[in-house]
Amino acid sequence: MHAPRPPPAFTALRGEIEKIQARGRVRRDVLPFGVACLDARLPGGGLAIGALHEVAGGGRDAVDGAAAALFVAGIAARTCGQVLWCVVRPDLFAPATAHAGLAPDRVIYVEAGDDKAVLACFEEGLRHKGLGAVVGEVGRLSMTASRRLQLAAEGAGVMGLAIRRWRRSTEAADFGQPTAATTRWRVSALPSTPLPTAGVGRARWRVELLRCKAGDCADFELECCDETGRLDLPAELADRSDPAASGSRRAAG
Amino acid sequence: MTIGRDGRKRVVLAANAPALGLGLRPGVPAAKARALVADLILHDADLQDDALALERLALWALRRYSPLVAPDPPDGLILDVTGAAHRFGGEDALLADMIDRLAAVGVTARAAMAGSWGAAHALARFAADPRLVVASDRSGLAAGALPIRALRLSADLVDTLERLGFETIGDLERQPRAPLALRFGIDLTRRLDQVYGRVNEPIDLVEAPDPIQVRRAFAEPVGAPETLARYTLQLVEGLCAILETKGLGARTLDLRFLRVDNRVEAIRIGTAQPVRDIARLTRLLCDKLETVDPGFGVEVMVLTASLAEPLDWKPGASDLIAAPEADVSALVDTLANRLGERRLYRMTPGESDVPERSVQRIAPTAPATGASWSPAWPRPSRLLARPEPIETVALLPDQPPVSFTWRGTRRRVRRADGPERIFGEWWRRDGELDAVRDYFQLEDTAGERYWVFRRGDGERAATGDLSWFMHGLFG
Repeated sequence: MHAPRPPPAFTALRGEIEKIQARGRVRRDVLPFGVACLDARLPGGGLAIGALHEVAGGGRDAVDGAAAALFVAGIAARTCGQVLWCVVRPDLFAPATAHAGLAPDRVIYVEAGDDKAVLACFEEGLRHKGLGAVVGEVGRLSMTASRRLQLAAEGAGVMGLAIRRWRRSTEAADFGQPTAATTRWRVSALPSTPLPTAGVGRARWRVELLRCKAGDCADFELECCDETGRLDLPAELADRSDPAASGSRRAAG
Repeated sequence: MTIGRDGRKRVVLAANAPALGLGLRPGVPAAKARALVADLILHDADLQDDALALERLALWALRRYSPLVAPDPPDGLILDVTGAAHRFGGEDALLADMIDRLAAVGVTARAAMAGSWGAAHALARFAADPRLVVASDRSGLAAGALPIRALRLSADLVDTLERLGFETIGDLERQPRAPLALRFGIDLTRRLDQVYGRVNEPIDLVEAPDPIQVRRAFAEPVGAPETLARYTLQLVEGLCAILETKGLGARTLDLRFLRVDNRVEAIRIGTAQPVRDIARLTRLLCDKLETVDPGFGVEVMVLTASLAEPLDWKPGASDLIAAPEADVSALVDTLANRLGERRLYRMTPGESDVPERSVQRIAPTAPATGASWSPAWPRPSRLLARPEPIETVALLPDQPPVSFTWRGTRRRVRRADGPERIFGEWWRRDGELDAVRDYFQLEDTAGERYWVFRRGDGERAATGDLSWFMHGLFG
């Protein structure tokens, strides 16, 4: 299960471009997901640490952001250090993030009054440099605001995770607008893993990588975070050929 | 009940609640009060002691609420909370906190917040609401409806005015000013102006005894923000030098600006732990500089550490053994001073199975508890602020529903899990003695998962009416 290997000339060119883009900044570290097909799609083999990543829920979750919050909690759980979580509506239920591996002692919540205050706290947290990750729940994220966050994250080497969450489902079309984030994800619920008895199994998500700087788009069907924040490939898919590798969807990053 | 002298008469100055119920109000002659109620307990008023107690109360308010506090004798305090209320999460929250804390030590307090000292004085004493916040531009209007006694005039003058038919402050305000001043003296118009905020009223500030402070007087008034920031840095450097010799760190810093027009502007910052870091304290103060109105210029800047605590050196972690633990208290202070202390918190498990009570907020810099929630029970990632009623179709009353309608959308249930039974906590509220909630995890045809509960166990009616509620959303 491997992504198609790009020709060597292409790889060399990419390295050149990266050098120009980095402009003397420290080389980026990455945080792998630990799921081979997912990591193969990301440049460097994982989620860049000093960068901004956006996550939104699909369908009903664009308003509630329940799956997006868990996806982000799973990523934040695998970083080191404390996590600053900026919210407008205090409806995040801490036991669920703890089940996704993010220990309650590690999370500092900030209840900012509005989107603007969330962005200010978000940036302040990124610039502080001492945190493992900074999470912000925002609706509108303009190019300027996201550029500021991306630069702050690059400068400090701290991962910024923006959960895009709108007041109404009609506003979710805003997710099509471009931002300066390094990757953009959409997480939607799928029917859970079937159990041999009555009951609800482990939740499954359709995780779409909608945009990835220096990478391709892809989508995956994954099982939700376990108690260490790791995603898993569903058992019946793990032994099958990678549907994303068949090259059905390719787009410029 | 205390009595004291007003001129030659002995009159009642203060009375407790039972005495007030008998109609003995302050101002009644002592002889008359004794005649009305036989077994009255009278004490001589000790005005000096009262003044001292008020001074102590003012110092408490200075430490806790605002850098600008003055006693307003005989029975009040005046606080300028511009630039200080944000730490309590707003003006109303500050008043509530103050009244609660005073009530805890047995003092019944009334508080009002308005645009001027005069208006706040009147509203605190004569408005019906014991806790009132009036916007600056409406405070004159609100005070206008109050009786003339609220104006801080002598009792004789109030009597005269009332005899002439003036009842409220608004009545006086509507009269032509010149005849009013001529007939009753300049004092009356001055008090009126003070209520309506037309003249400044210098307040006689209390100072903490033996303060740790540095001051800087300028030959020429300064006003440019950059200049103020530069001198702030100098003051912080001076203060940190003093703190270092004493082995202390600042918990609360007040920076006061004495303006050329005799007004005082102030900012106050707080830190979660004692701090003596020049860059960090300067940053916190400069964040707030934009709230200061320098007017025509600032003559003197005074920086006071109104709360300082011992600060010990900690050995730095050795790189050889472990990476140093990052210190987030600087970030916590910055955000807390910007948004208010209560907006920052950590969550910790509460001693309860009821979802709403199973999380508790603690201070962000509190030591790690190491506790977490049991991973055995599924919990949704979003919990609704309050459970929302849903309409359900179930085959049997004690089975999970086969479909439900929430927020106007009908959803068919494909899989369900439950129940997880949670009992009411009778030791908290009597009403919860029999209450039962049965929680179910439902998954609809699209794969979205919900956390719903049914009130009651379906056997005994006392446990609940079998109505269904949506309480959370799984990710």
